[in-house]
Amino acid sequence: MSAIAAPRAVTQARVVRSELTKLWSLRSTRWSLLLAVVAMTGLGILISSIRMSHYDARPERRPINPLDLSLAGWHLAELALGVLGVLIISGEYSSGMIRSTMIAVPRRLPVLWAKLMVFGTATFLLMLPCAFVAFFVTQSILRQHDLQTTIDRPGVLRAVIGAALFLTVTGLLGAALGALLRNTAGGIATFAGIMFVLPGISAILPATWTANVDPYLPLNAGTQLMNLNQSTGDLTPWSGFAVYVGYVVILTAAAAVLLVRRDV
Amino acid sequence: MIEVENVSKRYGDKIALDDVSFVVRPGVVTGFLGPNGAGKSTTMRLIVGLDRPTSGSARVNGKQFRDHPAPLHEVGAMLEARAIHPGRSAHSHLLALARSNGISRARVDELIDFVGLTGVARKRVGGFSLGMGQRLGIAAALLGDPGTLILDEPANGLDPEGIRWIRDLMRDVAAEGRTVLVSSHLMSEMAQTADQLIVIGRGRLLADTTVEEFIQRGASDVIRVRSPQLPQLAALLVAPGVTTEPSADGNALEVRGTTAESIGETAAAHRIVLHELVRQQASLEEAFMSMTHGSVEYQPTEVVA
Repeated sequence: MSAIAAPRAVTQARVVRSELTKLWSLRSTRWSLLLAVVAMTGLGILISSIRMSHYDARPERRPINPLDLSLAGWHLAELALGVLGVLIISGEYSSGMIRSTMIAVPRRLPVLWAKLMVFGTATFLLMLPCAFVAFFVTQSILRQHDLQTTIDRPGVLRAVIGAALFLTVTGLLGAALGALLRNTAGGIATFAGIMFVLPGISAILPATWTANVDPYLPLNAGTQLMNLNQSTGDLTPWSGFAVYVGYVVILTAAAAVLLVRRDV
Repeated sequence: MIEVENVSKRYGDKIALDDVSFVVRPGVVTGFLGPNGAGKSTTMRLIVGLDRPTSGSARVNGKQFRDHPAPLHEVGAMLEARAIHPGRSAHSHLLALARSNGISRARVDELIDFVGLTGVARKRVGGFSLGMGQRLGIAAALLGDPGTLILDEPANGLDPEGIRWIRDLMRDVAAEGRTVLVSSHLMSEMAQTADQLIVIGRGRLLADTTVEEFIQRGASDVIRVRSPQLPQLAALLVAPGVTTEPSADGNALEVRGTTAESIGETAAAHRIVLHELVRQQASLEEAFMSMTHGSVEYQPTEVVA
């Protein structure tokens, strides 16, 4: 063995580089991100094309909301990104990789921060252009029947950027669950429970309860950014998003405390 | 140097380690012996901070492992064969670990060559054989040019050539003045590799000694005696600490706890004819069995037919 350069220390920036290497070197990560990109870009374009080719102006037909249609891809992208968020952490536990990781960075917390930073940044940088492409292409398709909206209408730009923000935080929600539960199946099930099951349960509560609970459900609060017309009781776009971020911050803080305390 | 001081570790109500203390010194290979479930892996996990001791402390070069600014330069560890994501290539795996500690890409390539994985460096680790996985684990352990090397059962899954390679590697690393702690359940392997021995059983320290001393202390030598007057001789040898039992072939006596000289003198004093008087030196294996017997957690019980 030849000598190597003088030893260098662990820094947060180096751990970020390490996590970036990990993220891109797994095929499963690349596929999940590709699925999110295709879904976010393509779903709105696909559905608006179908709607235009079958367009029927009679008033009893389903009305077209040009903004919602263009951003429809978030429904599928949130699933891909939430699951990937769980996996980037639970995958280390299921494979045993976490032991190599934590021996290299025995203070542990820099690993959690680096994973969240790298995954959050990658998600936002990928989803933001997807949302814009989906918006503009969809509007040009809707122009056939003069149903389009424009980016300069009130709230529209916020909604398009908001789609990327919502999806980023959704990915981080998955990651926080992965770090808390350290188990892929449990993490994905909990993610699905929070996003898809809670609204269903809220809907069968007594009506006054539903009215009080519904606006604060993570999905409802988080998606207000993409919503132009808040109904009565809905949180405003930014306060709804703040509530959603708050949930993720609380889960992440709990995960951080447990990461330091628990045996690996 | 590794210092383990009064370390206890409890998982729920199960005590994995009970007040274990020892020091692993640089410059020699220290073997870590014990039956399965004795606490070897737990001890190693505690040293590198994966587990936290319930009480006591483990230090590497005077500090807790987590307090070292360049952990991979301090300790290289291979705790389990697979602490590797199967979907990643060997190269990416090492590169990710290297980057966290500011270790160069050139060092990664150098180690891939060194452990002989050059041809498969870009292949997914999931398809690796046990032996290739061990080699990758060794490469990861050596990444930071560590002053201390901790290897948990490194010979597992290696062919005889690989085992020799590991043994030479550990000897070379120790000869450079580094600290080497290696666990194994292969006592014969320890005899060939280790200078120092730490033996634990059921979470307790049983011995901290050199290999030679361990053999001498652990199992007393057996003296084989053949004589036409065996029953008479056996009766004369009865004394505290002395055991006699018929040999497996039935025509000799195996005596423990005394010397060949004293048996010969006893025989002469009573005019007993001896046909054979041989001292059989205990092996490391016997020493180990005699010491850990009773400290084996899962012991087979005899089947009553």
